[in-house]
Amino acid sequence: MGKTVHQILESAPFKELVRKKWVISIILTLLLFVVYYGYILLIGYNKPLMAEKIGTGATTKGIPLGVLTILGAWVLTAIYVVWANKVYDPEVKRLRDELHK
Amino acid sequence: MQNPAAPAAQAATDAATSSLGAPTASAIFFFFVIVVLTLAVTYWAAKRTKSTKEFYAAGRSVSAFQNGLALAGDYMSAASFLGIAGMVALKGYDGMIYATGWLVGWPALMFLIAEPLRNLGKYTFADVVAFRLRQGPVRIASAVGGILTVIAYTIAQMVGAGNLIKLMFGIDYKLAVGIVGLVMLAYVLFGGMIATTWVQIIKAVLLLCGVTLLMLMAMSHFGFSPGNLYQAVSDKVGQAALEPGGLVTNPIDAISLGLALMFGLLGLPHILMRFYTVPDAKAARTSVLYATGFIGYFYIIIPLVGFSASVLVGRDIIKKYDAGGNMAAPLLAEQLGGTPFLGFIAAVAFATILAVVAGLTLAGASAYSHDIFVSVIKKGQATEQQQVRQAKIATIVFGVLAVLMGFLFEGQNVAFMVGLAFAIACSANFPALLLSIVWKKFTTQAAFWSIVTGAFLAVFLIVISPTVWVDVFKNKEAIFPLKNPAIVSMTAAFIVAIVVSLLTKEQTAEEMFEDEKLRAYLGVGAE
Repeated sequence: MGKTVHQILESAPFKELVRKKWVISIILTLLLFVVYYGYILLIGYNKPLMAEKIGTGATTKGIPLGVLTILGAWVLTAIYVVWANKVYDPEVKRLRDELHK
Repeated sequence: MQNPAAPAAQAATDAATSSLGAPTASAIFFFFVIVVLTLAVTYWAAKRTKSTKEFYAAGRSVSAFQNGLALAGDYMSAASFLGIAGMVALKGYDGMIYATGWLVGWPALMFLIAEPLRNLGKYTFADVVAFRLRQGPVRIASAVGGILTVIAYTIAQMVGAGNLIKLMFGIDYKLAVGIVGLVMLAYVLFGGMIATTWVQIIKAVLLLCGVTLLMLMAMSHFGFSPGNLYQAVSDKVGQAALEPGGLVTNPIDAISLGLALMFGLLGLPHILMRFYTVPDAKAARTSVLYATGFIGYFYIIIPLVGFSASVLVGRDIIKKYDAGGNMAAPLLAEQLGGTPFLGFIAAVAFATILAVVAGLTLAGASAYSHDIFVSVIKKGQATEQQQVRQAKIATIVFGVLAVLMGFLFEGQNVAFMVGLAFAIACSANFPALLLSIVWKKFTTQAAFWSIVTGAFLAVFLIVISPTVWVDVFKNKEAIFPLKNPAIVSMTAAFIVAIVVSLLTKEQTAEEMFEDEKLRAYLGVGAE
């Protein structure tokens, strides 16, 4: 016997899945804010730090920090994809199978 | 120690006799290759474009990798290629700060809406907003929000297209705008989303390869070491080029612009529409990862091109061709690879413009034909044939409108238009889209008034902000202090949405939330 739509939606695993999806999404969005606004506010409030040279060259600290902001944003995206592929998708498949049984 | 002054001095004499602005044989050759190639693709696509699903969504047959490239193609405009390279060349580090802002919307798009958007919609983002609300008011409001966004974006692109093509090929502004209009209309009208997608893919590959080649050729002058490049920048134009300048002076302003860039992406109709071209939510998710990778890579290497141009070409020469610095990358290309390479880069910039305008036209046309004509006027009862016909008529109307807007705004300062597009997108489209997905008690009235509030405030506040009130209307002081109103207009749209939802109650919408959840999270019933 397959479960009805209502039973699936009211079931603990489904509620847990939706909750987990949003917890992950919100944490990652907050981290994105920390990465991007951290970079922007550092420029806004501490220009001398960004203008400091690294070692003896002309390169300033601001340059790698800018590149790291972009890389950081990509890494957060990749974390979400890995989580979704490993955790979210198998659970979705299991719940869908229950519905169609 | 190598002496960076020597190649720079050489550069000054070379670029003084640039063939930029004259239609050279190589530029014309590459230009024709691109037009012929894309029209051939359109011919191929036209034979596969019969149903609405093919016209709007490429038959949902685009792979995640292809869509990643197409998303990147839709997003990487000539303004970001030529504009950011120029900004870095003339202003240094500030151009780099500006570049990072353009990437950060992509992760947010992934975390907050990519998958539900794919599962709930059919052809446009309005499908999602209207999923369990009353079709009429919600469709009309969403379509208006979408069309306003697309029009602001299109004006910026068309005026940019006319100016850039005039600078690069020496063609008259109006003729350039007309050519862009005509060619992109051919793509969209005959090939629909299939042709538009492939034009984006071709453009993205050309742009990524072209800029990579330009970067590598430039870096070979610095022993492929960024450290040497920055040393040369410091020696030639001064250490200040490597330090933050005047871009981030008011943190509230920077935060507001950041919000517009981040959440504006989540309300851009031509980007959101791409999610319906892939088969399912998993493919949608993977395509965002690819797109973020391509776009991130692009924004990391563009500053290297800009800095190289400031050393190898020199700021004075760049400014001589265009005060805004837009010709920095083409001039650098000519310097390093002669006229043929200049021709290639100019043609790539041209392809970039064409592709972005094509994507916008398709999005604008579908907002009318799918959301207003089919869903409101015909109440969802239109035949396949009527729908495709209406979509094509809307495409022609929108294409002609784009060209006319290009003519109308000739010589105007339209730099604020892209900011306006992002402000409308994040204030009108994004709050309604997000709340319709996550909030059970969201109502028709709330969606309608939230979109109206967001759109009106975004437009009104931009007009009285420094970007228009001072820069365009030449008043001494702005009435509204922020350059981008997102922090106010987006917040207001959310508040209106929440307050109106709490004041009104919609039984059917709450009941349908179960269906919506099933489809949004499990993909059951997704098209």
